[in-house]
Amino acid sequence: MLTNNTFKHGVHPPEHKDETNKSPIRQFPFAPLFILPVEMHIGAPAEILVRQGQEVSRGQVLAKAGGYVSVPIHAPVSGTIRSLGNVHTISGKMVQGIYIEPFPSSTQEVMEGTPVDVESANPEQILQAIQDAGIVGLGGAAFPTHVKLKVPDGKHCDTLLINGIECEPFLTTDHRVMLEQADDIFMGIRYLIKVTSAKRVIIGIEANKQDAAKHLAWHIPRGLPVEIKVVPVKYPQGSEKMLITSLLGHEVPSGGLPIDVGAVVVNVATTAEIGRLLPHGRGIQERVVTITGPAVKKKGNYLIPIGTPLRFVLEEVGVTDNISEVYMGGPMMGVAVSNLDISIVKGTSGIVVFGEEHVTKSEKIFPCIKCGACVDACPIFLNPSKLGILAKFEAYDKMAESYNLMDCFECGSCTYVCPSHIPLVQYFRLSKSIVRKRKTKEVTNA
Amino acid sequence: MLNRTLHISTSPHITDGTSTDAIMRNVVWAMLPVAAFAVYSFGLNALFVMTTAVVSCVLTEHVLCRLSRKESTVSDWSAVITGLLLGLTLPPIFPLWMTFCGGVIAIGLGKFMFGGLGYNVFNPALVGRAVLQAAFPVAITTWLPSFAIDRFQHVSSSVLALPFMEPTVDAISGATPLSAFKFDHVITPTYDLAFGLVSGSTGETSAIFILLGGLYLVVRKMMNWRIPVAILLTVYVFSGVLHLVDSTIYPSPLFMLFSGGLMLGAIFMATDMVASPLTPMGVVVYGVLIGVLVVVIRLWGGLPEGVMYAILLANAVSPHIDNLIRPRVYGTAKSRGT
Ligand code: SF4
Ligand code: SF4
Repeated sequence: MLTNNTFKHGVHPPEHKDETNKSPIRQFPFAPLFILPVEMHIGAPAEILVRQGQEVSRGQVLAKAGGYVSVPIHAPVSGTIRSLGNVHTISGKMVQGIYIEPFPSSTQEVMEGTPVDVESANPEQILQAIQDAGIVGLGGAAFPTHVKLKVPDGKHCDTLLINGIECEPFLTTDHRVMLEQADDIFMGIRYLIKVTSAKRVIIGIEANKQDAAKHLAWHIPRGLPVEIKVVPVKYPQGSEKMLITSLLGHEVPSGGLPIDVGAVVVNVATTAEIGRLLPHGRGIQERVVTITGPAVKKKGNYLIPIGTPLRFVLEEVGVTDNISEVYMGGPMMGVAVSNLDISIVKGTSGIVVFGEEHVTKSEKIFPCIKCGACVDACPIFLNPSKLGILAKFEAYDKMAESYNLMDCFECGSCTYVCPSHIPLVQYFRLSKSIVRKRKTKEVTNA
Repeated sequence: MLNRTLHISTSPHITDGTSTDAIMRNVVWAMLPVAAFAVYSFGLNALFVMTTAVVSCVLTEHVLCRLSRKESTVSDWSAVITGLLLGLTLPPIFPLWMTFCGGVIAIGLGKFMFGGLGYNVFNPALVGRAVLQAAFPVAITTWLPSFAIDRFQHVSSSVLALPFMEPTVDAISGATPLSAFKFDHVITPTYDLAFGLVSGSTGETSAIFILLGGLYLVVRKMMNWRIPVAILLTVYVFSGVLHLVDSTIYPSPLFMLFSGGLMLGAIFMATDMVASPLTPMGVVVYGVLIGVLVVVIRLWGGLPEGVMYAILLANAVSPHIDNLIRPRVYGTAKSRGT
């Protein structure tokens, strides 16, 4: 079970997981108002099916998938549609959304749908059911899971990798899910084996979650080809490419997908969700979120209905007066929140709150001293120092053509180690988007 | 409570706590014992030379920043390193006015002209030292014997020579072990070399303190250990082979390792992050190159010492090393150079 295999380079930020990894998942109270943006997944926005004033019941479809790369949105509560309108999102963009006011004193029973039986359903039916359940990558990517699971013609899936790495500091959602939802996970794996026709399944877990690994190993159902591998703790092992290298020893080709090396990677919480929802034909209405950080009073892992406003969440758990930064996701890749009127969405794996004294704010930026720390940290073996200098000179094409800019997956390891505090990954995000824009321009001009 | 304005920053929101000024400061700490030993063995002369070099570098950096209407960068401590390094490479009785010029040249020509910290191609201290060597060939090879009895009372008149005056040499030039070897074929015992019982530049005589300083920086992960290891191993192996071939012409590898400015150069000068390559492989190539050059210059060149030129040359090729030796990018077939 325990292996020393891991990817090369990477960093070791302080874990801070002890603060929440012992607290069991608790149900979060219902907010007085829910906000559901139609764009909470990657792909086409969902299309709203309800009207203002309409009464809906928990689990009902409120918005249908806006295309193949899209998923529907289900009602997280029974209540009344108060209005449809623009809502805030984490990116700062306003998008269309739905406001729901829950019925007071409702028992909040969940609607049952048409169950999908793992034995009798065919792969197409299961994929459809996964889309209908509104499932996206719960690790944070929020990419529609049914799209990812569809093995393209001519390729085949050997190994299904269940990602229980959770390498972001502070976050413990996947850890608790593995400890508390083993049956759902294995049920989910059955569905996933069926759609991918994978011959074997590996659950990858980092060594700071040995208890979860033991628990899962103990509960593997007989006959299910599941193996559990525990790998050393290192960031960003949870990224698909690094996970594949750690567990299988292969590298995913530049610009390629895991399926190019015969693998499909699914997050462990997503797997559990599939295993829990499909047998009942339900849609996703809630998810586990770690709420933590030095400025949070009641830290823990909570089952929070999708659409719960962030402001309500922070009021419930209590934060210290000197609250300064709020991140959705972990501190390495999470996004800083500028507005508390956004809501918990399907991709929200954690909320981390820092007080003033914990923010490494506006550290002085020095010129690059070519110390090479970033080169030794980059898991893709790029040269962030050189890329950073080229970005300053706006040599975006050179960055892409000679220095593999587009292979950067924005893990932030380079910035984390840089003694000159150069916001390298921020440069690379901007540079990548500029290169992408230029590419599309070229295509349309050609 | 929740009406406070939130700070927004881009990810990652945490860092590992290192910072460039802290690294620079620690390099200074690591050199202090070397400097202290220099004062102990060469007395007031050395103290004056080093202080002047540091003051000159810091002052030059400050003034140049101000003249170009930029925020002064002296607080990053890199000018202190340059000054201290320059002081350590000069003879202990080097005239102060020349030392001062060296500092101005090191910072002005070696660093500022290239765009300041991070952009310099060469180690600035070595640029200063190289110019001084060309301008004042006599003064820079006038040595003081170590442990002179009156070293704490007496300041050599050469040190206090008036500006634009060549010093009148009152100190008897104690030949350095390398020049003794080169010109008279006298080999100094390794023990004397390691413990600094010899004459030489202010800071190059005590290999032990230099090694300790290097060890400190390596342990604190503020120095790339591959550079000194590659240099010293190369010198050892290369000169060792030559010594085996003909021990009457070629000195023993230990003598080569511990004499002259090799230790100081390998540990404190070749490791200048800005002027050395980035990748582990590139750094090894760079170190080997320096090692080979040192041996070649010392044994076959016209000069007794070659460390300075070896490092300067390697500094010049280090950007090219980075260009040629690139790690293979994850998921691609092989490394690509341009
Ligand atoms: S870590 Fe920062 S200072 Fe060091 S080489 Fe990379 S960009 Fe330059
Ligand atoms: S953000 Fe990009 S360049 Fe920086 S370490 Fe991660 S992959 Fe490498």
